[in-house]
Amino acid sequence: MKGEMISVSIDTVVGETAKIKVEGYRFVTMSCAELDQTMIDILYHFDKDLELKHLRLTVLRDTPVPSVSPVYFAAFLVENEIQDLFAVRFKGLAIDYERTLYLDEEVKVTPFCKYTVEKTGWGVGSKQ
Amino acid sequence: MPQIIPFGPQHPVLPEPIHLKLSVVDGIITEAVPAFGFVHRGLEKLADIRDFHQMIQVVERVCGICSMMHAMCYAQGIEEIMGVEVPPRARFLRVIWAELHRMHSHLLWLGLFADSFGFESLFMQIWRIREKVLDINEATTGNRIIVAVNVIGGVRTDLNQEQMRWILSELAEVEKEIRRLETTLMDDYTVKKRTVCKGVLTRSQAFELGLAGPTLRASDVAQDMRMLGYAAYNELDFEPVVEKDGDCYARCKVRFRETLQSIDIIRQAVSKIPEGELSAKVKCRPDGESVSRVEQPRGECFYYIKANGKKNLDRLRIRTPTFANVPAILAMLPGMWLSDVPVIVLSIDPCIACTER
Repeated sequence: MKGEMISVSIDTVVGETAKIKVEGYRFVTMSCAELDQTMIDILYHFDKDLELKHLRLTVLRDTPVPSVSPVYFAAFLVENEIQDLFAVRFKGLAIDYERTLYLDEEVKVTPFCKYTVEKTGWGVGSKQ
Repeated sequence: MPQIIPFGPQHPVLPEPIHLKLSVVDGIITEAVPAFGFVHRGLEKLADIRDFHQMIQVVERVCGICSMMHAMCYAQGIEEIMGVEVPPRARFLRVIWAELHRMHSHLLWLGLFADSFGFESLFMQIWRIREKVLDINEATTGNRIIVAVNVIGGVRTDLNQEQMRWILSELAEVEKEIRRLETTLMDDYTVKKRTVCKGVLTRSQAFELGLAGPTLRASDVAQDMRMLGYAAYNELDFEPVVEKDGDCYARCKVRFRETLQSIDIIRQAVSKIPEGELSAKVKCRPDGESVSRVEQPRGECFYYIKANGKKNLDRLRIRTPTFANVPAILAMLPGMWLSDVPVIVLSIDPCIACTER
């Protein structure tokens, strides 16, 4: 994949993002992909003068992830999208739609998940 | 105590549904919060059940305006993973159809923008010109919008010399007609009154908000994904169109100038297009990750593709330019009059079907 890839943890993701912002990078977007029943990959993409830099965060699905929207406000939208579609909980979102960005309030499923489906509450997913 | 006024999802100025919850005090916006979910189709998820060749047809339908660019972006991502070398002729043909798409998209927007401040006759004139571009698409591919020319490894349709001469003669007419409207669109008192100093975004704001495309370039940031040199752009001579003022007028001016720039790029492409194959042979299945970016009419389109050697992709993530430009609305509206909301919202050229996928 084009661009530098940096692995981060839950403790370092916000700090690394802030560092990238200071270096003058523009926030492009985030991508989320399931690795297996329990683990997911969250990629953060940044651009500076057409060069990409990525952060890769691999976490347990049920673990709340700190939001980077206090650093890059633009991230609030894609973080809400990931909440809707993958049931990953983001802490500290600038605007939190509480999983109603695309979905109606009564929807309990996480449409883009291959493994976890039904949500019984925030941060808890049960296998179907 | 602010009054809450809903804007959309059904509104005369909105071609597609987005809802804005506007907090208003004495006719001035104090806060805007967007709501989505009216046209979410979950197209990315189809990658689970359609094979990676079929996904071209799916991504072409992400957007009803710039379908060709989606297909090109997706194809480039897969080609990168598989190490496929696209033949030079196919790369030039991709540029020609991509720029035709940019033209018709910008003309569509310029017309809608004129309509948003009540300039109906200008709206109709611009859309009349746009028809000529759609006629070129139809004559060369069989379709007006979803041209379906891209395949993994190249293109499926060729243009002969006669067709290219005809395209150039049609574009000469289009250019003449666009230039005839320039004074009305850019110098008219009414147009300026409704657009100058409306929805201003400074350079640092635009950068901070992660904006893309004409919305970003109108705030003096010379960022254009075509400068990456994908397809045949590295062999063509052009500069990003940039304006400094960051208001609705500047965004209109960027799109107007880009429409004329597209004609120039097509002329260059036609003059430089080499003879040769239309597509490379694609064997095996993709295995790996890639990121692909193209400059759509609304800005940078971003595809993240993850494949695992099977016929279905592991993950396809699409970030369209409007998705990146939504935060601009939240930053631009506070402090503006309620009556300016339609013009400001439209100034980012929102494509909601694209955004929600």
